[in-house]
Amino acid sequence: MTTDEPAEAAKPQVTGRDVLARGARVMWRGIRDEPRRFTIAVVGSCLFGSLVIGQAFVVGEIIEDVVEPALAPGGSVTARALVLSAVALIAMGLGRVLGIFGRRLGAGFMQFALQARYRHEVTGRYLRLPLSWHQRHATGTLLSNANSDVEAAWMPVAPLPFAVGTVFMLIVAVTALFLVDWAMALVGLVVFPVLFVMNVVFSRRMAPRTARAQHLRAEVSAIAHESFDGALVVKTMGREDLETRRFEARAQELRDALVSVGRLRGLFDPLMESLPFLGTLAALVVGAWRLQAGAIDLGQLIQVTFLFTVLAFPVRAIGWVLGDLPRAVAGWDRVERVLQATGEMPYGTGGATGTGPAQLSFQQVHFGYDTGQPVLHNVSFTIPAGRTVALVGPTGSGKSTIATLATRLLDPQHGTVALDGVDVRELSAAALASTVALVPQIAFVFDDTVRGNVALDRPGTDDDRVWQSLTTAQADTFVTRLPEGLDTALGERGTSLSGGQRQRVTLARALAGQPRLLILDDATSAVDPRVEARILASLRGASHAASILVVAYRRATIALADEVIYVEQGRVVAHGTHDELLSTVTGYADLVTAYEKAEAERERDTGYDSDDAASVREEEVAA
Amino acid sequence: MTAQAEPKAQPTGTFRTLRRGLALSPELRAGLAGTVALALVSMVGRAAVPVAIQQGIDKGLSVAGGPDMAVILRIVAITVGILAITTTCGYFMMRRLFTVSETALANLRVRAFRHIHDLSMLHQQSERRGTLVSRVTSDIDTITQFLQWGGVILLVNGGQLVVTTIVMSVYSWKLTLVVLAAFLPAVVVIRAFQKRLGGAYAESRRRIGVMLGAVSESVVGASVIRAYGISERSGAKLSETIDDYQRAQRRAMRLSVTSFSTGEIAAALALSAVVVVGTLLGVDGQISLGELTAYLFLVTLFIQPVQIATEVLNELQNATAGWSRVLDVLQLQPDVADPAHNGVDLPEGPLDVRFDQVSFAYPAGEPGKTGPRVLHEVHLDIPAKTRVAVVGETGSGKTTFAKLLTRLMDPTDGAVHLSGTPLTSVRFGSLRSRVVMVPQDGFLFDASIADNVRFARPDLTDEQLTAAFAELGLLDWVQGLTNGLDTQVGERGEALSVGERQLVALVRAYVADPDLLVLDEATSAVDPATEVRLQRTLDAVTRGRTTVAIAHRLSTAQAADEVIVVDRGVVVQRGPHDELVTHPDSIYAKLYASWLEQTR
Repeated sequence: MTTDEPAEAAKPQVTGRDVLARGARVMWRGIRDEPRRFTIAVVGSCLFGSLVIGQAFVVGEIIEDVVEPALAPGGSVTARALVLSAVALIAMGLGRVLGIFGRRLGAGFMQFALQARYRHEVTGRYLRLPLSWHQRHATGTLLSNANSDVEAAWMPVAPLPFAVGTVFMLIVAVTALFLVDWAMALVGLVVFPVLFVMNVVFSRRMAPRTARAQHLRAEVSAIAHESFDGALVVKTMGREDLETRRFEARAQELRDALVSVGRLRGLFDPLMESLPFLGTLAALVVGAWRLQAGAIDLGQLIQVTFLFTVLAFPVRAIGWVLGDLPRAVAGWDRVERVLQATGEMPYGTGGATGTGPAQLSFQQVHFGYDTGQPVLHNVSFTIPAGRTVALVGPTGSGKSTIATLATRLLDPQHGTVALDGVDVRELSAAALASTVALVPQIAFVFDDTVRGNVALDRPGTDDDRVWQSLTTAQADTFVTRLPEGLDTALGERGTSLSGGQRQRVTLARALAGQPRLLILDDATSAVDPRVEARILASLRGASHAASILVVAYRRATIALADEVIYVEQGRVVAHGTHDELLSTVTGYADLVTAYEKAEAERERDTGYDSDDAASVREEEVAA
Repeated sequence: MTAQAEPKAQPTGTFRTLRRGLALSPELRAGLAGTVALALVSMVGRAAVPVAIQQGIDKGLSVAGGPDMAVILRIVAITVGILAITTTCGYFMMRRLFTVSETALANLRVRAFRHIHDLSMLHQQSERRGTLVSRVTSDIDTITQFLQWGGVILLVNGGQLVVTTIVMSVYSWKLTLVVLAAFLPAVVVIRAFQKRLGGAYAESRRRIGVMLGAVSESVVGASVIRAYGISERSGAKLSETIDDYQRAQRRAMRLSVTSFSTGEIAAALALSAVVVVGTLLGVDGQISLGELTAYLFLVTLFIQPVQIATEVLNELQNATAGWSRVLDVLQLQPDVADPAHNGVDLPEGPLDVRFDQVSFAYPAGEPGKTGPRVLHEVHLDIPAKTRVAVVGETGSGKTTFAKLLTRLMDPTDGAVHLSGTPLTSVRFGSLRSRVVMVPQDGFLFDASIADNVRFARPDLTDEQLTAAFAELGLLDWVQGLTNGLDTQVGERGEALSVGERQLVALVRAYVADPDLLVLDEATSAVDPATEVRLQRTLDAVTRGRTTVAIAHRLSTAQAADEVIVVDRGVVVQRGPHDELVTHPDSIYAKLYASWLEQTR
């Protein structure tokens, strides 16, 4: 099952070498976006780091100046010295708490702010990008771009200030070590760079593995999305086993990928943990040698070994940042693809093209969703202002595509679509929306109240207008019966309504805007004949203000039209009144008289049957 | 219905979730003893270095005559050896841990997936779309991510806490009591915060759900939003959900930092207390300088896990919340359950249908409550091999009828029988292979047309596939598509027109070759000529089976052997079309009159 997304993800985009550089660029962008919070976090982190180092020295000093003399044979200690030691340590603890607040709140708030900022940007793009772009991208992909990809991009931001603080801390530590003794400092100069290099090696080797896991995660998610979307089909066909196998195959691949990620961690983590310990031991050996040489005293030795112990953990923060970078880069790439997506369909600046019913014309319009597969060929027709035109054609002949182009949800590859003679590409968004209203074949209901769905907060859509539209759409009766009337929330995609009710709500939505051109794309397919008849009757009564293009099969709908356009395989085959087309176009006649013919045939069949039966009876009687 | 409830902002007890999780994933216990043994050995390494320093100071440095390098080197060599062993053990421990946990979680994922499919249609539809998906994706992902990053850190540091406590007690139990006492208030404060914190994290998960719902609406409804020029309105709504989520995240973060800063204060208290009390003990001769120094190192090792907890607690909360949501779904009893092994198979041959005083009401908001009845004591028989059309106005209950017939729902009262067998006792394996429903929205998978038809019969050869389209008179149509049977239908089939999707869905049901075929407005978007053609071929092929067609196009009713007219949940008329139209003023006669008016 293909979407374009796994194909993109399959490209080995985040491997090895350049990932750190690219990751650093992503982080730099985050820092530029949130300089204040980042600064707070880094200052907090440095405060924390300094105090950690400071504590190592204070502990060393306390041991040397207070503990050692006290514990020496015949030694003693004053209460003042002890209290002073305790106060110093507690004060440093409070300072660390302050540092933690700065670091964690700064980093956290920075991360959340970045997530929110890019979610705003990505979803803002979604709302601006044209339908043709949306049609090329799977819903699941777009959802994960706005959610998990944004999240992944800013994942390393959380430990970033800690890591920056740690680097600062290491510099301070090495400097402090040099102040104590050059030989001891050399131990640090060996251990810390080795730790850093190991982290880098680790994150490089990790990158392809996490990328693969991330890619498989997306696939697992796509399968789940699709499978649950089609749950009713799966259920009614009893294919739960098949679907579970399909899901399981990918879930197991993901498991294997995650185990491989885990094994690498299993190798590196214990090594990374042991290295600072080895540093401590090295410091002990070197320290003993320097102590022997009289270059340092015992307190300094303890300070240095203590320093290695307390540094062991913060150094890991660098590893966390580096470890999250590959995912961040992969996530950012996807986010950026949305932000940089082109193919925007800019609106023009033209205002309303007139008052009263609008005229719609197609001039030599060619269109295909894929360039190789044309759907419309050289389509030309005009709907004069105030007229009602029926668009008729067999299943798959391009009727919905025409409706979509007329609303400028898509632009033709060649040719022009014009309203009142003005190319729709020259009209502003507001002018277009106030002129044309499309009622699509599949009703889309927002997670909002009835009022919200019909009015859409458009100017002039007060409750009177809403009720009036609902009445014309024959939806007033059931809306009145809803528990809270206009204020009833319809739920996600309007699941609380039946198909026919949803269609009527969307029809009312179109009417509430008082469009000058109304396009109905088989918009009453789920409505019963009687209700539909009433809708058509009320539309006829209200239609004086609008031109209407109606995609239809039913004779009554066609009868409402002044003219009929008949399309077959993306071409306008005929254009005229119903009667003209009925007598001259075979395809059209076959289509609209299908029911009558079927009925006539059936009557003929039953006629023969009864004749047969009659003759059988006669024979029986004769016998 | 419990499934309906959105994940409410309720705290999830970490240990309770852990217990439930272990009970539902016994695989997690596999080889646990070995893993724990390895973990314990690997943690010894952490205590080895402070001990080495103590030994080094007491036996190598503080000895008379200056530092004894030989002793120091021996101590260091032994410690390096111990570190080598513990590091290796750490590697194997993590390998085992990851393998076991990822295996268990993959199984959990698959089980949850299967379980969601086993839930009843009403359960499935009562959830927000994204919610079910996140049960088998992001929720489980948070657990695996936690295990890979935070979990190991927590585990190892938990172990470190234990090991250092033991070693500390060996050096001085008195000092250890002092340290524990210093941490006691922190533990109390942190525990008190836990509940609020859990609530805050749950709230932030809920907010993310709302946000995703809004994003999904703006993506799925892109064409409507554009057509009505309301992108600003949708954008404002979206922004609000994004900002709400951010606010929830911040609140959780503030609580988390506040609660764990108490740990840091406790650490400072502990360290200073050890210095004071330790010195006094040392003066008293109860502890040596080396021992006290080692003890200070150990306290640092004891404190570290607390610092680390502040870094990974966020993930732990998320992981537990995610895990508990997965477990909630797994523990949800399907209200339309497969009798499975206790069930029976449907009898061979064509199926007849009996509705025995069937009533139905949709469940209302609260569990156990139901809304108004949509079907009232429907009692009817449909003989085998007949073609029945069910007609009635929108909301009359005809779709409910179809759903009860196919056991997508169970009646509130009464029973449905197929060939004398109560539907509730039929194994799903048997039921779904013999009874197939074609729903109105012809959902297609994002694959080729051929793949979609093969969904019903994976073993279908290309010839059989072509033959099926030919038998239904759809070969010309499908061959007219650019890639014929290999045409990709796109997400949900959206590359095809709505009518075309219905055609594929119909072929899919046709090749499944059921004995009872239920068509729920299955051709509502197909053009009349094609519909009539389909009707004719379906007539031909349905001779051997029972067909129930829900329709508002009365052409279907005309072609049926019998028409059942439903009005406000009651069967008001039944009989052949020709007979029913002769009753003037009857509901059917009115429906037919408006049908004629529309189609003539």
